[in-house]
Amino acid sequence: MGEFIIKMPDVGEGVAEAELVEWHVKPGDPVREDMVLAAVMTDKATVEIPSPVTGTVLWLGAEIGDTVAVKAPLLRIQVAGEGGEVTAAPMPETVTMDTIEEQSPAAKVESPPSVEVKRPVQPAPVARAVVQSPADKPLASPAVRLRAQESGIDLRQVPGTGPAGRITHDDLDRFLARGAQPSVTPAGLAMKTAVEEIKVTGLRRRISEKMVLATSRIPHITYVEEIDVTDLEDLRTTMNASRKPDQTKLTILPFLMRAIVKAVAEQPGVNATFDDDAGIITRHGAVHIGIATQTPAGLTVPVVRHAEARNIWNCATELVRLAEAARTGSALREELSGSTITITSLGAMGGIATTPIINHPEVAIVGVNKIMTRPMWDGSQFIPRKMMNLSSSFDHRVVDGWDAAAFVQRLKVLLETPALIFIES
Amino acid sequence: MKEIVCKLLVIGAGPGGYICAIRAGQLGVDTVIVEAVKAGGTCLNIGCIPSKALIHAAEEFEKVSHMAGAKSPLGISVEGPKLDLTKTVAWKDGIVGRLNSGVLGLLRKAKVKIVHGRATFRDGKTVEVETETGTQVIRAETVVIATGSEPVELPSLPFGGPVISSTEALSLKAVPQKLVVVGGGYIGLELGIAFAKMGSAVTVVEATPQLLPQYDAELVKPVVKRLGELGVRVVTGAKARGLSGETLLIETTEGEERLAADKILVTVGRKPRTEGWGLDELDLDRAGKFLRIDERCRTSMRGVHAIGDITGEPMLAHRAMAQGEMVAEIVAGKKRTWDKRCIPAVCFTDPEIVTAGFSPDEARAQGFEIRVGQFPFNANGRAMTTLSEDGFVRVVARADTNLILGIQAVGAGVSELSSTFALAIEMGARLEDVAATIHAHPTRSEGFQEAALKALGHALHI
Repeated sequence: MGEFIIKMPDVGEGVAEAELVEWHVKPGDPVREDMVLAAVMTDKATVEIPSPVTGTVLWLGAEIGDTVAVKAPLLRIQVAGEGGEVTAAPMPETVTMDTIEEQSPAAKVESPPSVEVKRPVQPAPVARAVVQSPADKPLASPAVRLRAQESGIDLRQVPGTGPAGRITHDDLDRFLARGAQPSVTPAGLAMKTAVEEIKVTGLRRRISEKMVLATSRIPHITYVEEIDVTDLEDLRTTMNASRKPDQTKLTILPFLMRAIVKAVAEQPGVNATFDDDAGIITRHGAVHIGIATQTPAGLTVPVVRHAEARNIWNCATELVRLAEAARTGSALREELSGSTITITSLGAMGGIATTPIINHPEVAIVGVNKIMTRPMWDGSQFIPRKMMNLSSSFDHRVVDGWDAAAFVQRLKVLLETPALIFIES
Repeated sequence: MKEIVCKLLVIGAGPGGYICAIRAGQLGVDTVIVEAVKAGGTCLNIGCIPSKALIHAAEEFEKVSHMAGAKSPLGISVEGPKLDLTKTVAWKDGIVGRLNSGVLGLLRKAKVKIVHGRATFRDGKTVEVETETGTQVIRAETVVIATGSEPVELPSLPFGGPVISSTEALSLKAVPQKLVVVGGGYIGLELGIAFAKMGSAVTVVEATPQLLPQYDAELVKPVVKRLGELGVRVVTGAKARGLSGETLLIETTEGEERLAADKILVTVGRKPRTEGWGLDELDLDRAGKFLRIDERCRTSMRGVHAIGDITGEPMLAHRAMAQGEMVAEIVAGKKRTWDKRCIPAVCFTDPEIVTAGFSPDEARAQGFEIRVGQFPFNANGRAMTTLSEDGFVRVVARADTNLILGIQAVGAGVSELSSTFALAIEMGARLEDVAATIHAHPTRSEGFQEAALKALGHALHI
């Protein structure tokens, strides 16, 4: 009978630590080789840790939410043969947030490993109960429960002030007096005193850390300019009209991406990353455009790589593919990192201006606001024009206001005269 | 015969049915109850009540037998105690008779119409009752099925001749010299112990490895010890194969064995009575052998409720009564749902076992972190003064809030503690509540307070 120590694997390029986001086992659980033991999260992706051995879990080395250094012991497994140490190999390739959820621990528990007859000694599986969440019925005496039923009150909504949260007659009186009307008149307004504590883990924690990093280190300058996109919209409509149903149609974003490629060629200072610890600005020849994308788990930034080498259709197709991958959680780690400049678009939601936060260590972010038809003075009369604001932020340490404005003005020219986007320079 | 039309029809006048009818009557609901045999059902006629009468008589007889020959440490001696079982049974029948007429009186007082005869469903709202004077058709807005349960028969040992069920065991003419009890559940042990005390040589044959398999081993231990003192032979892990002449053939782990027996009492469980009253006409949803009900005791058919043993475990009279009361109030238009926190259960063996709420294992299985406190009766003054120090009180509470989740006890007379146990759970008591309640001294109930103190880490008497 031996013991196997599984250590935190090296999950990716230069990652020294990872956050434990999920345990699929607990002490006493039988595990089979290749069964998923845990999930850890790095800056970019979630990685599952499979078991290299068959045995019984003895000890877990971290709690959910803990940050664990690479090579630190993660868990110990009792095995039938000799023990050993191993640094777990993360699951190969596409590591997704969703696959973890699909493989719920409960499903595994129901099929414990069958006892192999050949082995002379098989550790007896530790007796364990099916763990459910404790059946939390409201705590109240029978008389209080009866009154609640007769008054049509769901006791789960009533805060209890008695010992262990017991609901008393007084609590019920207060609840009734407060105007929480019986269910027959559902229109009553009631105060809500419930609070919910949500532990910030996983992606939410990454987002939180990243935002703090960006805002505490980077002095932002935000510059808002309005763009007349009437011509661009006409062009877009024309270009889309000839598309087949199965072909990707253009949104405003591919035009903006191509415009950025053009503009940064003249303003290389905004397509850069700033290593502020080392004091080095890296200007990139490649234009890897991050696209801030809302996913069910939170904000992620998939990256359209080498936008400078893609035509507008290709940009559109890649954009759709990446956004979908990010939303379903099937994006690869490389697809979620390495951007040199970022676009954020809340256009669909409305809003006239935003103050985007730079995707550290980049130095510029371009925000898209909603297109509105507004009356514009053409010198002799008001005419309806389709107007869109661009709200862009820059790292003021390395991008001067003048340069920022020049970059946005260049984007304005390109977008207002979209033919310029397509002219080879 | 003229058709009866009523608001509520209750089928079966056992504890569930008669309580339902009385409560409905009290609330002014026009109610009819149908009973095929006698009011009071299994409980009153051939179950709880007569068995307790017999158990009491046996207990008294054993006490005085123990005093014969000046062996009693109490200094009492008697000579030649005798038991006349026919008189005992007659006394018991007297009690049953009194309760029978008591139930009928209560039903009449509540203005419930009583129809004697066997009911058969014609449809969900109509039944036919075969009465002495002909077929009576009853139509009702709401029907409550309370037909109860009956003993399970072993195919290898059909009832008849020396093979008897608990019903016959309660009306024997003489104490059998050799009694074999097949099935070591609570019914078999209650009766087996009673007959052992009355002088039978008793053997208990149980198929599982433990007597009273629904309880944890710790609770059963004092009973097993007492069985030994009473000279009861226990064969666990054994199956009854059938009669072989005058003997019972059993199969144990060590092979076959023949047990001589005057009577063979088969108590291998009870099954819901789902046949003989036209259940097929209704096609109600089942939950296993039982009728499926919701938290208002409604079946899958509108206007048809079911209560008691036919609705599943635990098959206990007081559960049926509580269901009956609830259904009557629902029929009377009140808002009610089944929100009981516990159904206490008592096993009237010697010593008795009481359980209310979760055992430690059950609480853990529900996902609770728990703390457990146990107090032995050998540290309790009252137990010492009654020559019955075996057993303990055990309390199970949530580790975080000390909310009491379950209480178990084994010991002489602990059945009377069932109410305080159930009350503590229904009221949502914490360990501190029980610990801070003055429990009268000297009583066995102090064991409950001490168990709560023990769980809190500061028991005073151990």
